[in-house]
Amino acid sequence: MRDHPLVQLTLARMREFYREPEAIFWVFGFPIVLAFALGIAFRNRGPGELRVAVLRGAGDSAMATALARAPGLTAAVLDSAEARLQLRTGRVALLVVPGDPLVYRYDSTRTESRLARLEADEVLQRARGRADPARVADQRITEPGSRYIDFLIPGLLGMNLMGSGLWGVGFSVVQARTKKLLKRFMATPMRRSHYLLSFILSRLVFLFLEVAALVGFGWWVFHVGVRGSFAAVAFITVLGALSFAGLGMLVASRARTIEAVSGLMNLVMLPMWILSGTFFSYARFPDAMQPFVKALPLTALNDALRAVMIDGNRLSELGTPLGIVTAWGVVSFVVALQIFRWR
Amino acid sequence: MLAPPIHCAGLVKRYADVVAVAGLDLTVSARECFGLLGPNGAGKTTTIEILEGLTAPDRGEVEILGMRWTGGANTRALRERLGIQLQDTQLADKLTVEETVRLFRSFYRAAHSVEEVLGLVGLEEKRGAWVGKLSGGQKQRLAVACALVSRPELLFLDEPTTGLDPQSRRQLWDVIGRFRAAGGTVLLTTHYMEEAERLCDRVAIMDHGKVIALGTPRSLIASLGAEHVVEFALADGATRAPSAAELSALPGVRAVRPGLDRTALTVAEVHRAVPALLGLLERRGAELSLLATHHATLEDVFVSLTGRQLRDA
Repeated sequence: MRDHPLVQLTLARMREFYREPEAIFWVFGFPIVLAFALGIAFRNRGPGELRVAVLRGAGDSAMATALARAPGLTAAVLDSAEARLQLRTGRVALLVVPGDPLVYRYDSTRTESRLARLEADEVLQRARGRADPARVADQRITEPGSRYIDFLIPGLLGMNLMGSGLWGVGFSVVQARTKKLLKRFMATPMRRSHYLLSFILSRLVFLFLEVAALVGFGWWVFHVGVRGSFAAVAFITVLGALSFAGLGMLVASRARTIEAVSGLMNLVMLPMWILSGTFFSYARFPDAMQPFVKALPLTALNDALRAVMIDGNRLSELGTPLGIVTAWGVVSFVVALQIFRWR
Repeated sequence: MLAPPIHCAGLVKRYADVVAVAGLDLTVSARECFGLLGPNGAGKTTTIEILEGLTAPDRGEVEILGMRWTGGANTRALRERLGIQLQDTQLADKLTVEETVRLFRSFYRAAHSVEEVLGLVGLEEKRGAWVGKLSGGQKQRLAVACALVSRPELLFLDEPTTGLDPQSRRQLWDVIGRFRAAGGTVLLTTHYMEEAERLCDRVAIMDHGKVIALGTPRSLIASLGAEHVVEFALADGATRAPSAAELSALPGVRAVRPGLDRTALTVAEVHRAVPALLGLLERRGAELSLLATHHATLEDVFVSLTGRQLRDA
């Protein structure tokens, strides 16, 4: 058993990987560092204090006092030049110009500024005696599942599956080709299928560690849970890993140099890093692009992972994204086998 | 009767605008050590890779151990019986010697054990070392170990000692010697003539994709018609140099080859030719800056056939 070529090839694959400290970092360390940094940077603390400026003029200080008293706002009285500078550089969200009419000057494309305008208007109208006809009460919640980190972890998982699949397979294949090791193997009775399968097997072993590390980290530090079943997550990650291993094989099937395969790899991955909704929702892209974006394997994989981890969907509800992921894998693998350069 | 281990006829291989192999016939008999000799670019590697079934010839027939490279199960069965070392394989740096051998032996049915094969190449003590940490000679012996692990009947070695120091080279010669003593057949390429003379029963000298001479090292050297080479150079250059005709007329001289910085004479009887040469030079008032004699080698055979030195050919 231990001397079966498939076992030996897989062991060789794994040894070459774990004896390369850089590879360990990029596969295991990097996604965790990224999750940690982004989780901290975008933790849900609301928009924070909004700074509002009042232009020097009649009744300015009374106005500033009233604004500063409102929760979530700070206010200062500024001269014209200073006020313009601070507004332009975003240090104040809104400039109030006293007079009749009262003028609000702000950048309406900035969420903060629009929020500041609403809040300031509320305060100033009430200060001039506006009465609110309805009584209201606020209930504030911050629930796991709706935070940025909940969105991010499945995306990072998908991105990591793509990266390690493409690099893990593509890089080793091309390295073996440039070192003429592939040709040396061809001079033995080794079966080609064993060689290719060894990549898949070693990927599956490391996949388990990759997923456990990232999901475990998310749960431990940010309490990101898995609402659906773990079995479904496992199934989707295995499918994703196989699909990207196929894509890696395709990318590496002809390349003769490391430089060439690195270029190809980035060419394949870059659009997906940006478009596939890893860091932000792909719904932000124009409608015309949506069919293209949704056909990308990483988009489909991210959608499926989020559907299970955040929304608790069952696998049977995920036919379309899983179909897309499978199709990419199968087509890449078949084409790769046809055009593979074995020497 | 058993088929010869290697038989090929009419091999031709073209690359873009170069003819690498231009019509080549070879037969290597069982238990023979056969050497393909020639300068870089003579077509040695292309030839050996065609025989190994790694490169398809444009024309010609190849039969190895009585079988042909027809692909599929047949090819795999043939590969089981061969040991192959390629010229420029770099084995994985981050695997140990033992792991590398274990990987290669897993491809074969009747392989040597790791201990046996490391014993054959004398790498027992490096068993646990990473391949990347081995010296050039040790790496080369490991490459040969990976070829020997299949218990081959026929061993192909493509420039096994190129770039090695003399001691490592001798160690590899010993490995090859032991393989032959156990009854194996070897085809090797080299551009070291002394290696060919020492190891090979027969050699084929190649140039521009063709065999230009074939025979035992001794018979090829004998074909020069003389066993010694006398080389000389003059202190004051060509002005007082004797002509080729004068030199050939000296007793015992069979051939004259003027070179860039020295002239070489192929000589049957050194004891008659050298005094005569010295006398001739003295009469012309020429002063010697170099005088050397050596036994004729395959290198001299190559030079006499092509007019070029092997190293800079």
